[in-house]
Amino acid sequence: MLKAIGAAETRPRMRGLSENGYFYLFLAPWIIGFVTFQLVPILTSLGLTFTQWEIISRPSFIGLDNWRRIFQDPLFWQSLKVTTIYTVGSVPLGLVASLLLALLLNTNVRGMAFYRTVCYLPSVTSGVAVSLLWVWIFTPEFGLLNYVLGLVGIHGPRWLFDPNWVLPAFVVMSLWGVGGGMLIYLSGLQSVPTILYEAAEIDGANRWQRLLNVTVPMLTPVIFFNLIMSVIGSFQTFTSSFIMTGGGPGYSSLFYVLYLYRSAFQFFRMGYAAGLAWVLLIIIAALTFILFKSSGWVYYEGSTSGGR
Amino acid sequence: MAASNASAIARRSKQTAQVKRVVGTAFAHLVLTVVSIGFALPFVWMISSSLKTQAQVFIFPPRWIPRPMLWSNYAELLGVWQFGVYIRNSLTIAVPSLIGAVLSCSLAAYAFARLRGYGRNVLFAMVLVTMMLPYPVTMIPLFLLFKQLGWVNTYLPMIVPSFFAFGGFYIFLLRQFFLGISPELSDAAKIDGCGQFGIYWRIIMPLAKPALATVALFDFMGNWNDLLGPLIYINSMSKYTLALGLAGLRAVRSSMTPWHLLMAGSIVVALPPMILFFTAQKLFIQGIVVTGIKG
Repeated sequence: MLKAIGAAETRPRMRGLSENGYFYLFLAPWIIGFVTFQLVPILTSLGLTFTQWEIISRPSFIGLDNWRRIFQDPLFWQSLKVTTIYTVGSVPLGLVASLLLALLLNTNVRGMAFYRTVCYLPSVTSGVAVSLLWVWIFTPEFGLLNYVLGLVGIHGPRWLFDPNWVLPAFVVMSLWGVGGGMLIYLSGLQSVPTILYEAAEIDGANRWQRLLNVTVPMLTPVIFFNLIMSVIGSFQTFTSSFIMTGGGPGYSSLFYVLYLYRSAFQFFRMGYAAGLAWVLLIIIAALTFILFKSSGWVYYEGSTSGGR
Repeated sequence: MAASNASAIARRSKQTAQVKRVVGTAFAHLVLTVVSIGFALPFVWMISSSLKTQAQVFIFPPRWIPRPMLWSNYAELLGVWQFGVYIRNSLTIAVPSLIGAVLSCSLAAYAFARLRGYGRNVLFAMVLVTMMLPYPVTMIPLFLLFKQLGWVNTYLPMIVPSFFAFGGFYIFLLRQFFLGISPELSDAAKIDGCGQFGIYWRIIMPLAKPALATVALFDFMGNWNDLLGPLIYINSMSKYTLALGLAGLRAVRSSMTPWHLLMAGSIVVALPPMILFFTAQKLFIQGIVVTGIKG
């Protein structure tokens, strides 16, 4: 990624402004936005974690009390557990499913544009509409899913009404949206140089071996990108839990951001919620760090190490 | 003798290869059809439910083609439930935001792709970091900021940040695309006396249509489907966005959930992004494919 930076032209100056001046002129909106809407808010947020603040009153400094309370809060642990289980369940499954789908949609048969569109279409819609659709699909007595399961002789569970089945239900729903990841894989697949396949074929590699030894290694950067983005995304699940279950039954689908939202905008515990937000930031930063550290399996073109 | 034998073998192996290919193609179609049905079925179910009466919705086993088809559900939604107003409200957010995102992010991307400046690598690394930054972290301070500015119960909190390149992913995507545009083109323009803004506006932007369409589509979808933002900032029902209005309809208490209306509402919400996707599909696919996500 950084390799390409050197490719930019090195013309020293344009009319009036220097190139450096133009650089900052073009970047000005981003710099203003970054400082105003990201940098300052993050720091403010950190400051807020040391206060008690119900919006109406003035914030009062309470030191590390919020942090202590968070770690003693059973609902914090519950929401963390729910989110982790969902992530562990949905991310690997989604990665594999979207890769398989991309491989399937990369074959050369007639009508492929149609198939691709159908598979991608669910990813165009999201949010409230999709959540509502799936509440209806999961309805135990009248829903589509249990009807289809009934056709093949399976008596479906009560899905969103059953504490043990509510998270699997969320995972099932997430599979409907693998089209987004699929599209990124598809673009990755099409940039694999055909010469590699030809070489493998000359060496007598069959289709399966070509997949394992050419396609998958060449795709590892894309897999890695999808992995990081989907972990981050799944830790921020909000709309589906807000619409579909409201965290229930009991607290069995209390996702982290749902709890954060409630702490801030229903219980008006701004300082506490800011603390929750910072814990989320730390968790995501740590996960990203770990993923990057363990990314030896990712193959980068032109690098001598890291390939397999 | 030996020669004819060899050619016979060659012919036969050619035939088996052909048979294999036909079987393979048929199998691929079979799998693709099954998968496509799996993806499409929820949509069919949604449409079917949206055209039923409340009582028909709860008939089991379900009837796929409702009789009669109740198109009036949509009329009821747009009229009684004010969805017409909500559509206008959602557009009031999504369209300006999209324009802002395309302009400001392309400016930033141009700087990163084509201009040399102090600290460029560090600044670009910051862009990548913001891509991974969870929104909830800035949510609370931003709420306090916008509250101070008197922006609560307006659309400004959802629109204004877009004009300041709020979206690292868009910058990243556009920069990738810009890097792929041959520098010779801008060199030629420079010789012809084109300034940096001229190169950006007259050379790069027209060539980057696929990537710009992709950013526009993503941004539109993001705002159109967003619940959290409007949920935090919008209080009065007359200002509800579609997503918020639909969520409100879900919260209406009655003895039976009005699934026919909820599904009709979901279609109203889902349709515009789909239409946009179909119209911009070619550009969009191109934008994603050309950009790729390379290391």
